[in-house]
Amino acid sequence: MPEWILKPWPWYVAGPLIGLTVPLLLLLGNRTFGISSSLRHVCAACLPAKIPFFTYDWKKEIWNLFFVAGVLLGGILAANFLIDTTPMVVHPKLASEMATYGIDNYDGLIPSQVFNWPALLTARGFVLMVVGGFLVGFGTRYAGGCTSGHSIMGLSNLQWPSLVATCCFMAGGFIMANLILPFLLKL
Amino acid sequence: MQEPINTDFEVRSQNAMCVNQSELSSPLSSNIKYLLAGIVFGIVLIKAEVIAWFRIQEMFRLQSFHMYGVIGSAVVVGAISVYLIKRFQLKTIEGESIKIEEKNFSKGQIFGGLLFGFGWAMTGACPGPLFAQIGTGALVVIVTLLSAMAGTWVYGFVREKLPH
Repeated sequence: MPEWILKPWPWYVAGPLIGLTVPLLLLLGNRTFGISSSLRHVCAACLPAKIPFFTYDWKKEIWNLFFVAGVLLGGILAANFLIDTTPMVVHPKLASEMATYGIDNYDGLIPSQVFNWPALLTARGFVLMVVGGFLVGFGTRYAGGCTSGHSIMGLSNLQWPSLVATCCFMAGGFIMANLILPFLLKL
Repeated sequence: MQEPINTDFEVRSQNAMCVNQSELSSPLSSNIKYLLAGIVFGIVLIKAEVIAWFRIQEMFRLQSFHMYGVIGSAVVVGAISVYLIKRFQLKTIEGESIKIEEKNFSKGQIFGGLLFGFGWAMTGACPGPLFAQIGTGALVVIVTLLSAMAGTWVYGFVREKLPH
């Protein structure tokens, strides 16, 4: 495999490729790009419980489930064949901050010192994985979309509500990462 | 009187950005093309390290331009594409005209947006990267994904009581 494939791709390669997903899905079949809706379709398919929000024909949106299954497969392919094993390089300030929480392993894209099975039983791991995941699912649906639906698709279509949503995503992230996460990581 | 039928699209498009606008009914196998599109998208997410918890931390600490470059250039390319599709009234490969739903404002974009922002910084993942992270072999992220599904379900359960 050529070296440029194995190395991390710069933003000016990856960003445009992600942006091209928007016209690709429109041209393939009038599908508007968005990923968080897949979580809702799973709810509608598995546990609608007569809740009006989940009472719709999810099979009409099955393309979305095929797409996320593809993302999972893409992850398997990339991780096994398209990346080298050099550790991630992060900003020195981040590295010194992380060291204070006992995080110093940069081997994988997901820090194994934070995200692992035994950690689920610790306060830190439970909050980050279970509570964090819950907020992702609850927040994206309440906002009506996630980074793909609002920040990429919505902004591409010049929708101002998507700009509001994107600003709030960022604001929430800044508040969490800088003001709250330092305490959570010390749990 | 009950509301007439055909409200399915209305329900589906509540709080959703990605809606199937196609009126055509097509066989299940026609969805393979979306699987392929997803594979390419998943590979890009990994190769750009968009799914990396540390990159997300750098973004929210203004320590790296990378994520801003990725999202910014994606929006520029997406916006030019949408403009060209509208300008030349392009059709899908099946010959259907392309429709994109307008998005209405709701307070959910503020409250829900902030909550999702919290979750994004904690997990280092938005919904797409969750799937890709599991693909890389970080199987514990399945728990995070299931929790995100639970969050979506609880939202649907309490939806009527929330400000919108």
